[in-house]
Amino acid sequence: MPLRLLKYGLSRDYPVSGDIPATPELKPAYDVVIIGGGGHGLSCAHHLAKYHGIKSVAVLEKGYLAGGNTARNTTTIRSNYITPEGVAFYKEGVELFERLSQELDFNVMFSQRGQLTLAHTEATMRSFHMRAEIGKHMGTRTEVVDQKGVEELCPLLNMDYGGPLEILGGLWHADGGTARHDAVAWGYAAQASRRGVEIHQRTEVQGFEVVGDRVQAVKTNRGRVACGQVLIATGGMNYDVALMAGVELPIRCYPLQAMVTQPLKPWLDTLVSSVSLHTYLVQSSRGEVVIGGGSDPYQLYSTRSTLDMKEHLAEGAVHLFPFLQGVRLLRQWAGITDMTPDYSPIMGASPLANLWLDCGWGTWGFKATPVAGKRMAQTIADGRVPDILKPFALERFETFQLLNEMGATAASH
Amino acid sequence: MKLLTCPMNGPRNIDEFQSFGPVRAKLDPDGTADTDWSRHLFRAENRKGIVVEWWRHVPSNYFFLAERDLVSNEIIRTFDASELRDLA
Repeated sequence: MPLRLLKYGLSRDYPVSGDIPATPELKPAYDVVIIGGGGHGLSCAHHLAKYHGIKSVAVLEKGYLAGGNTARNTTTIRSNYITPEGVAFYKEGVELFERLSQELDFNVMFSQRGQLTLAHTEATMRSFHMRAEIGKHMGTRTEVVDQKGVEELCPLLNMDYGGPLEILGGLWHADGGTARHDAVAWGYAAQASRRGVEIHQRTEVQGFEVVGDRVQAVKTNRGRVACGQVLIATGGMNYDVALMAGVELPIRCYPLQAMVTQPLKPWLDTLVSSVSLHTYLVQSSRGEVVIGGGSDPYQLYSTRSTLDMKEHLAEGAVHLFPFLQGVRLLRQWAGITDMTPDYSPIMGASPLANLWLDCGWGTWGFKATPVAGKRMAQTIADGRVPDILKPFALERFETFQLLNEMGATAASH
Repeated sequence: MKLLTCPMNGPRNIDEFQSFGPVRAKLDPDGTADTDWSRHLFRAENRKGIVVEWWRHVPSNYFFLAERDLVSNEIIRTFDASELRDLA
């Protein structure tokens, strides 16, 4: 083995090629145009090329690869939602993460260390019981734990016994975990481009040529591209992009802010989240404590960071783990989240026959990167929406069949 | 700290205020189709540009309106709700 390794290291054939090819010339037409070179768009491209044999695919990205919300999220992976439709969908997402490194031949550093959500009120405990029962029924590992259970899972927590924010119990989600967000996007991009998908960075969509109920072509800053099918997967820009095609989405944009501390030795092995404090923490593999996720209290298209949010997140984090008080912050950042009225995504058909939506990912999109890409690829390839996606249709707002996940979403308004 | 000038209380920390979202047209409760109700409920103004929105100064429970740029976050002006009917 050491000899083989040495030979490999000294060989001229050492594979030093980059994972993602440089942006090629834009062709006049593609079978599928994916707008948005983030995790979701790249995952869809990968699934189209690998499982549906559709290789004439262009991914158009206004900025650089995975530089939007793929880079800005706080990498929580979980399926402990409250609607059966939501749990079924996110459960498939978690299962795809479990074997994603093998699927992509790229280490996405998936770490299934479990998520502990804390309750400080009886009302939260009641909702935890409901989520746990729905989770168990749907076949996920979700259970309610009492104070002793919380202490065992996370001994360093400040339980605040007798205080105003006493921890009464928690929702323990053993399926929960985290992965490296950049690696997920790069892995999908590498696999997709190896199979012929073209990734066009610095390619901004500026409009659509709509004839009848079809998109004929997409207009970009690098020219016109005719398209068979189009997918919108542009995160915070979904509302804007869909509007260019005449589709008005029920979305309002809010910045979501997060921050990260200096690296510390490993001390926090679970993901910890508090509903009342609107704060959640996870220690990254580099030792930094990622603290999220504060949604700004009003609509905005700006990714500035604010002192108010820094104070709010620090207050929550220090309350849960008082020993963090002297720890320094390294960075604070924001992403634009496209919030839907019911805190569930919008996936599937649009009013235009060949325009598909992977939108409304708000503050909950990263965990769905593999499953949304897989199911949207299936939708585009078959020309119809699979059952698992049907509850997430845009029309649900017109028929008042909302999928309310507000209570199961950590960052809310 | 970002300041919001309340028409009644003057400039205050924006933390003292609560946003109630963009102003929407009032619907006729008897003559509105379901699709228009769903539009009214779920599709608030979200274009990149200037919106007129409801705000509340929480300590004094005073509701008023503000014109704000959704991209630059500049608050262009604030005014009392009595001016709303002039806008309509």
